Amino acid sequence: MTFAEFIDMGGYGTYVWSSYGIALVVLAANVVVPLLNARKQKRELAGKLRRMENS
Amino acid sequence: MWQFFHKLASPKFFYDFSSRLIFWFSVLTIILMASGLYMGLVEAPPDYQQKDSYRIMFIHVPAAWMSMFVYMVMAVTGAINLIWRIKLADIISMSCAPIGASFTFLALITGSIWGKPMWGTWWVWDARLTSELILLFLYLGYMALRASIEDKTNASRAAAVLALVGVVNIPIIHYSVEWWNTLHQGPTVTKLDKPSIHTSMLIPLLLMAFAFKTYFASVLLMRARTELLVREFRSGWVKKVLSE
Repeated sequence: MTFAEFIDMGGYGTYVWSSYGIALVVLAANVVVPLLNARKQKRELAGKLRRMENS
Repeated sequence: MWQFFHKLASPKFFYDFSSRLIFWFSVLTIILMASGLYMGLVEAPPDYQQKDSYRIMFIHVPAAWMSMFVYMVMAVTGAINLIWRIKLADIISMSCAPIGASFTFLALITGSIWGKPMWGTWWVWDARLTSELILLFLYLGYMALRASIEDKTNASRAAAVLALVGVVNIPIIHYSVEWWNTLHQGPTVTKLDKPSIHTSMLIPLLLMAFAFKTYFASVLLMRARTELLVREFRSGWVKKVLSE
C-alpha cells in the first residue's frame, strides 16, 4: 500500500478523514477546555483568597 | 476496600489521588489509541461490501457506546447524590454532561458522514438515529437546567431527576434496531451470540473502545478536580493547593 492509496481510502478518503478530523477536534477540545478552565479558576480563587485575607 | 471508598470520597484525598489517575489514564489512552488506529487504519483489510468506508466505525461505534455509558454514569451518580447527598457524586454527574454530549455529537456526525456514501443520505428519521438525537437533547437539557437554577443544591437535584427520567431512552437506543425496521444495521458485537465481525476488525474496534473509556476517565477527572476546588474553596486544603 502506497501513501497515496492510504490517503485515498479506496475513494472514500473524504468521508473517512473528515470523520477522523472531527473526532480529533472534539477529543482535543475536551482536553483543552478543562485545562484552560482549571487555570482560570485557580487564578480567580487565589485572587478571592487574597482579597479575603486583606480585608 | 470500603475504607478505600470512604477515603476516596474525602475531597482532599480525591484531589491528590485523581491527579495520579489522570496521568495513568492518559498514558493508557495514548497506547490504546495508537495501536487501535494503526490496526484499524493500516492493518485491517477493507470490508467486502463497504470497502474502506467502514473504517469510520472505529470512531463511530466507540463514540456511540460512550454516549450511552457516560449517560448511565451521569444518571447513577445523580441518583447517589439524591439518596445519600454525596457532594462528590454530584460533581462527577455534572462533569459527565459536556463530555457525554461531545460523544453523542461525534456519534451522530460520523454516522451522518458514513451514511452519505453507504445509504445515499446524510440523515433519515429512523429509530436509532432519532433516539440518539434525543440523547443529545437530554444532555443539553441537563446542562441548561443546571445553569438555569441559581441554588446549587436545587440545581443538582433537579438535574439528577431529569437524568434519571432520561434513562428510559438508553434501552430504546440499544434495541431500536431490533424493535423497528430501520436503515441502521443491527448489532455485530454487543449481542448474546458470537460477534459477527472478523477478528482483524474486532480487535482495533475494542482497542478504540477501551481508549475512549480511559480518555473519558481522564477528562472527567480533570473537570471534577476543578469543580471540587471551586466548591471546597473555604476549606484549608484548597488554600494550600492555591498557594502552591
